[in-house]
Parts: sequence; C-alpha cells; structure tokens
Amino acid sequence: MKVYITLGLVLFLILAIPQLGWHYYTILTLSFFAYATVLLGLNLLFGYTGLLSFGHALFLGLGAYTTAWLTSVWGIRSMEVILLTAMVAAVLVAAPIGALCVRYVKIYFGMLTLAFGMLFYSFLLKFYHLTGGDEGMRVLRPLLLGCDLSGMPKISFLIGPYYYYLVTVLVIATGVMWRLVTSPFGLWLKAIRENPVKAEALGVRVRRYRWYAFLISAVYAAVGGALLGPTIGQVDPGLTYWTQSGYLVFMTLLGGCGYFFGPLLGALVFIYLQDALMSMVPYWRLVFGAMLAVLVLFAPEGLLGLLTSRRGRKTVQVAVS
Amino acid sequence: MLTHAINVLLSGIFHAAILFLVAAGLQLVFGVQRIFNLACGSFYALGAYTGVSAVNAFIRLGLPRELFLLALIGAGVCLAIIGPLIEWLLHFVYERDEALQLLLTFAVVLMFEDVMRLIWGTAPLSTGSLYLIYGQVTARGVRVPVYNLMVIAAGVVIALLMGAVLARTRFGRIIRATAENREMSAALGVNLRAVYVKVFTLGTMLGTLGGALVIPATATMSEMGIELIVEAFAVVVIGGLGSMRGALVGALIVGILQAVAISTYPELEMVVIYLIVIGILVLRPQGLFGEPAA
Repeated sequence: MKVYITLGLVLFLILAIPQLGWHYYTILTLSFFAYATVLLGLNLLFGYTGLLSFGHALFLGLGAYTTAWLTSVWGIRSMEVILLTAMVAAVLVAAPIGALCVRYVKIYFGMLTLAFGMLFYSFLLKFYHLTGGDEGMRVLRPLLLGCDLSGMPKISFLIGPYYYYLVTVLVIATGVMWRLVTSPFGLWLKAIRENPVKAEALGVRVRRYRWYAFLISAVYAAVGGALLGPTIGQVDPGLTYWTQSGYLVFMTLLGGCGYFFGPLLGALVFIYLQDALMSMVPYWRLVFGAMLAVLVLFAPEGLLGLLTSRRGRKTVQVAVS
Repeated sequence: MLTHAINVLLSGIFHAAILFLVAAGLQLVFGVQRIFNLACGSFYALGAYTGVSAVNAFIRLGLPRELFLLALIGAGVCLAIIGPLIEWLLHFVYERDEALQLLLTFAVVLMFEDVMRLIWGTAPLSTGSLYLIYGQVTARGVRVPVYNLMVIAAGVVIALLMGAVLARTRFGRIIRATAENREMSAALGVNLRAVYVKVFTLGTMLGTLGGALVIPATATMSEMGIELIVEAFAVVVIGGLGSMRGALVGALIVGILQAVAISTYPELEMVVIYLIVIGILVLRPQGLFGEPAA
C-alpha cells in the first residue's frame, strides 16, 4: 500500500513540475526521463541477471542517432515511427552482439560489451559522411502523435507536449518492465544471477534467457536514447564513449541495483547533482568519483538500500520483489 | 615506398613501447590481484603531466638540457608512491564482486581526471624543443628522432628486466606463485598483503613511467588517460589477460596496426583494433598468450 501511495505522489509531482515555472529544471527532468528509461533496461541486465555491461551507451547512442538520422536526413519526423525504428534497430544490433556476449560472464562479458561500445564509438567518430563525425548530427523537432508542433517556441515545446509525451513513455516502459520482472521470466533471471548452474539444472536455459535480457535492455536503452535526442537537440559520439557506459552503471548502483526503482532514483540524483555541481565548480568528476568510491565501499546497496535498511526487512522485500 | 614503410613501422614500435609499459602494469595487477585496474590510464596521464613539470623544473634549475631524460625517469619512478595509496583503497574490495572492483577503479579514474585538471589545467603542455635535442638518425631517407629509439630501447630493457625478475628472482617466484594460487601461497607463508602492495606499486610505476617517457614526443591532453585505458585494454585482451608476453605482443600488434592504419586509411584506426579485440574475445577469449580460464 505504502508503495502505491509513494508512487502516486511521485507521479503527481512529476506531472506538476512543468506548472511550477522552473523551465530549466523542467528541461533537466526530460534528461532524467530518457536516462530512467535506459536504466530500467540496464538494471534488468545488471541488477536482475547479474551481467555488468560496460558498453551500454552503444544502444543509447543507437537510439539517439536513430532520431537524428530519421529527422534530419530522411525527413521522417513522427516520434512513434522513430521510437519503433529505434527499437527495431536495437534488436537488429543487439541480437548478434548479445548472442556473442552472453557466452561469457563477469569480467569477460564486461570487456566484450566495452569493445563493442568502443567499436560503435569509433564508427560514429570516423565515418563522418554518415554520422557527422565529432560534430554529430542535429535532431529536428519530431511530430508527437502526428501533430506538427513546429510553430511552438522551443522551450514551450519541451516543457509542454514533449514533457508529457516522455512521462507517458516512461510510465509505459516502467509498467512493462514491472510486468517482466514480476513474471516467471523475471524470476528465472534472478535465479540465473544467484546460481547459473543450479538454474540450468532446474531447466532454465541460461544463455537464452541472458540473451533475452540483453535484447530487452538494449531496446530500453535505444528508446531512452531516442527520447534524449530531441531534448539535447544535437547528438555526438560522446554519448557512446566508454565513460558514458560507466556513468550508466554508476547511476544504477547509486540508486540501488537490487531494487526495481533504484535506477530511477539513481538517475534522478545523478542528473540533478551533476547539474548543481557543474554550476558551482568545474570539478564535478572529483566529487562524483569520491561519491562512487564511498558507495562501492560502504553502501553497495545504493540509496534505496540505505533508505530501506533503517526500517525492517519487510520493506526491503517489498522493494525487491 | 620502403622508407615510408620503415617510418610507419618505427613510429608504431615507439607507440608500442609506451603501450607495453602501461599494459604490463595492468597485467601484473590483474595477474596477481585479479582486478582489472582502469586507473592504469590515469597513472599514465599523471606520469605525463608530472614529467612535463619535472623537466621544466630541471631546466629552470639550470641543469644540463641533455640530461632531461633523468628528470623524466625520476618523475615516473617517484610517482610510484601513489601505488600503495590506491592499493589501500582497493584492498577493501578484494573479496567482493568483480563489478564493484571495476567500479572502484572507475571512481579512481574520475577523481584523477579532475585532480590533474585542478593542478595542470586543460591547456596542452609540452617539453618544447627537447624532443629533438639528441638529434635524428637519417639513413636512406628514413628519419627517426634518437629519442624514439631510446624509448624503444628502454621498453626492451624493461621487458627483459621484468622477465628476468619474474623468472629468476625469489620475488618473481612469489609473484608467480600468488598469481597461480593465492590460498596455497598464503598457506606456504607468503604475506599476501605485502605482495599485493609491492605488485600494485610496481604496476603503477610502469604506468607513470610510460606516461613520463611519451611526453617529449607529444603534448599532454586532458582525457589522455581515459583514451589510453581503452588502448591498453585492447592490448591485454589481444595478448591475454595476466600474461607478460601477451602484453608485449599485444602492444606490438596494436601499436603497429594503429600506425599503419593512420598512414593508409585513418578512418579505420581504432575500428580495426576493436574488431581484432572482438575477434579474439570470441574465438580465443584467453588471448594469444593467456591461460584458458578455469
């Protein structure tokens, strides 16, 4: 019950933010929505299945470049078509990559994903006639549900229709992911994380399910990336650099990778804190590095872990299931 | 044509010598502690920045310009003192999940990035004209700065030295035994903590030395460490995680391929390297010289 009340409150707050008149923070919240979608997927892979990807920015970049490519090169501006294309592209790219990566676990899985991520980054950087090289590509304003909103001022578009569009996508994405992790499929993934040998013995086809998890997380990352495109207006290869993948894992860990809502909290805290720090000092990475170290050493359960461990075990189990 | 090829080859080998030093540090730590230390790139960058400062101080003191190499080596070796500090930080996670170990080294990378920015700023720094102070060797159209040859020689000497230490000394035997089976070594009386500190410090020194030695030929850049990490990563994957011989061969492959790609088809520079890395991981995950994973 408590969980639903909290969720209702959070949703109400999210819907109310654009009305408060803080345009800057409203636009910052758009990035949060995009990253939250990416992290929902990453957490399925990292938190639930136990595979640490150090190349997930590949799929985020794939989604973002899909938006840029479709809007500014092919003139396809329908956001729904863009999202669908991003999902298809993610499946097409992730299917062979995932099939190779899931043959390994632990550090080798991380290294292989890192290599694929950097391969994509080099491709974006070097094949500039296709991708615009280090300058990247412009993202034109998409049509939302077929409505052409190009007459609106940029800010009004972002904090108005686009904001609510993103909220809707995130809510759907969260709902679908919730269904997934509470289904038998989600249980199998957790079984694989806890003990792959035992899971295999119980009839779970470990590699196949790892592959599914990889595909789903890639689709989520691509959707998040596609949503991020119009928010930032310009995509560049930096989105897919290996440090970006590191930040994604950092956000997941920050919120608490064992919890369903952990990554969302992590993304929120990361984005707002980064913004606040950058406006004060140019050395935000020093603070974030120290934060990550403290997190790894003293609170590997993340912020949600800290919040829930004060109250009894019961709440923890509610949060995990 | 031939002279061009030799030039490309020599610049590739120069880069390989530097890559070997950093990758050897990475391998040593991975072999013994089983931690993939992303911070090896930060050690490299730190060595480069400190190298520039050391050389500038050296010149300002009025010491002979020809001996600037001593300042560089001194800087690289002295920086090894940060090794025990980082090792102390990492020792908390020795028994923990690999993901956490990797993330902790990532945290160190982030902190180092900004510390270096804080100290040295973001503008490129270089040692200016000292690079060519030893002159160039010119033979049949091939022109190589003597400094490059000296660094290549230094790389060879360090590789031989490391090989000799690992194969013939008591310390080397302890390192190899610990890499092979740490419980057994501990049971036989090896002080694991002491070995870890020494190994990590040695690994750090190889990285900082690599950074210090590269700097006369180039200039410091912000993010140079972050960029080198992925190159060193490619080297160790190709050569095989934890293998010294692998670091040497991997560095040669990556260094020479990069040089060839840059001079023929620059678009493919890193693409080729990552394709090879992926190919190796898929076909032979233990790398060219690694032990098959148990």
